[in-house]
Amino acid sequence: MWKWLHPYAKTERSYQLCQRLLPWFSVLGLTVILFATVWGLAFAPTDYQQSEAYRIIYVHVPSAVLSKSLYSAMAIAAFIGLVWQVKTSFMAMMALAPIGATVTFVSLVTGAAWGKPMWGTWWEWDARLTSQLILLFLFLGVISLYKAFEDKQQAGKAAGVMAIVGVINLPIIHYSVQWWNTLHQGATIMKLGKPSMPPEMLWPLLLSILGWAIVCGAVFLLRMQNEILQRDLRRPWVVALANKSSTLSEGK
Amino acid sequence: MTVLSVTNLSVVKRDRLLFENLNFAVEQGGLLYVKGQNGAGKTSLLRVLAGLVEADSGDVYFCQQNIKDDRENYHQNLVYFGHKLGINLTLSAVENLQYWCQQHQVNISVDTIFHTLAQLNLVGLEDIPVANLSAGQQRRVALARFWFKQEARLWILDEPFTALDTQGIELLSIQITKFLGGGGSVIMTSHQALRLEYPTDELILEYRI
Amino acid sequence: MAALMAILKRDLALAYRQRAELMQPMLFFILVISLFPLAVGPEPKTLQLIGPGVIWVAAILSSLFGLERLFRDDFQDGSLEQLMLSSTSLPAAALVKVLAHWLTSILPLIILSPLLALFLHLSEPMYWALLKTLLLGTPLLSLIGAIAVGLTVGLNRGGVLLALLLLPVFIPLLIFATSAVESASMQLQYNAQLAILGAMFLFSLALAPFAIAYALRVSQT
Repeated sequence: MWKWLHPYAKTERSYQLCQRLLPWFSVLGLTVILFATVWGLAFAPTDYQQSEAYRIIYVHVPSAVLSKSLYSAMAIAAFIGLVWQVKTSFMAMMALAPIGATVTFVSLVTGAAWGKPMWGTWWEWDARLTSQLILLFLFLGVISLYKAFEDKQQAGKAAGVMAIVGVINLPIIHYSVQWWNTLHQGATIMKLGKPSMPPEMLWPLLLSILGWAIVCGAVFLLRMQNEILQRDLRRPWVVALANKSSTLSEGK
Repeated sequence: MTVLSVTNLSVVKRDRLLFENLNFAVEQGGLLYVKGQNGAGKTSLLRVLAGLVEADSGDVYFCQQNIKDDRENYHQNLVYFGHKLGINLTLSAVENLQYWCQQHQVNISVDTIFHTLAQLNLVGLEDIPVANLSAGQQRRVALARFWFKQEARLWILDEPFTALDTQGIELLSIQITKFLGGGGSVIMTSHQALRLEYPTDELILEYRI
Repeated sequence: MAALMAILKRDLALAYRQRAELMQPMLFFILVISLFPLAVGPEPKTLQLIGPGVIWVAAILSSLFGLERLFRDDFQDGSLEQLMLSSTSLPAAALVKVLAHWLTSILPLIILSPLLALFLHLSEPMYWALLKTLLLGTPLLSLIGAIAVGLTVGLNRGGVLLALLLLPVFIPLLIFATSAVESASMQLQYNAQLAILGAMFLFSLALAPFAIAYALRVSQT
């Protein structure tokens, strides 16, 4: 059933696929994200509870949603790489990791920024922010482990194991932090009121999540290409590619 | 009868292709001498053959069985000697060898261990921590395992003669020749020229950039 | 089976012969905990409030020190690769080594715990809860920690990386263990927390040996 995927275990085919998909993802992603963010920040109705401050959700929620999806995607890539010994899967995993870390960091900063008008402080140890902080550490752990190895094949397998240990722990961490938070009921409970969101607020939110996802996809395609080129630097197809583009620029 | 055979073996280390599409076979009683410059991939090849490291592509067969499928059977018939000696410096020679024999299902009495250590010129050094021995003496303790695992059919040795004095080299050479004569197979590398009175096959690995 | 007992005996003998090295995490444990009264003041109520958390965080950090030696020597001298070439099952061998590690590096911390409970003015019900959480929770530290140690054993500067990898994963353990002791301080039941700790322990007992064995194989170059 998965035979059509087999050619993409080869780095050259994956590189070409990334090349073909990149223009679509980048143009579409930038368009959607700009459209949705402007809609949300400027044109969506004012919230009766939180007035204009709530608009940060158009950046915070997509980044939070994506941080978790990217970790899952990274873990799936790790699983495929470990079980079927696919080199390009490990490359995909490491292409995703820094994107995930950055997006998690954005969710932390915007989450804290949202907290200022709400709670009056720049940081609160509420369940969501705490979970995101731990997620950031999980990302950074995988990245650090990969960088610590000189042999990149070894590095991929080691980082893959850690990614899987992390993904198994993610739900446990999430629920234990949530439970911990209910025990130590601090200042305020942050209500997002998602189900009771009117469509005029919901649509820009969903669109911005989609936009962020596509932009992350585009960045992933770029990083994947870089990863492939770096690892296969001495292979004949990369040398041919480099020669081709240098002759093209010379011809101009 | 073919003891070990290799088909289309490619090994990559640190993104450098060491060798590809390697094919060879070692018969019963055969001695394969792997040669090549430093960095050509001799140690990596031997570690792949032993089953410690996975090859990028290709298969290794022990008695026509892929070693990945029947790892336990293969290891029961193998003795490997690599760059790391495989002995703990805090324990004594006897303790180390007893532990090794227990893990490798070799039933042997303490007297035999003492006897073998005596043959290896380590009399009086059997009970002290191995850290107190010289490099050559430590190596001889580690090599003692070739006197114990009698049912093994394949020996893989990576530069075994390093740090040995002439007597040690002679002892090991005699033991290897005896093993080959009894139908055992040996794959080894060495930087010194092999002075074994035995028909040798050679495999030369070239350094690739 | 005899082979596994041989591994246990060997590791225990080695730990005994290297007992100077083993003292270090224990001293670290006591030192770190002693810092807190100096830092926050000796008021018993304050110390009792932060006590369970402090003891558990110190236990986690001390165990990280002890974990480093779990496979290090065997990897460097080649005993590990000889073990991998032997008839002994690697997951079983890993489990036995983790047991030896727990007995020699972590059990001493648990034995010291009454003294430290005294330092931090923990009440008696709090101490019993602490002891139960330590007995159920520290094996988890060893089991999951061993996976990360297996992955990093070939690296030169594994130390802080190990902490970075493991501390996020140990957070649920920390939350439930300290919550159990806090419940005990308020005369409340804490069976739920112990049950969750027990579940996590059994889960890792079942899966960690295989992950550790895989990690050790990855580290072979």
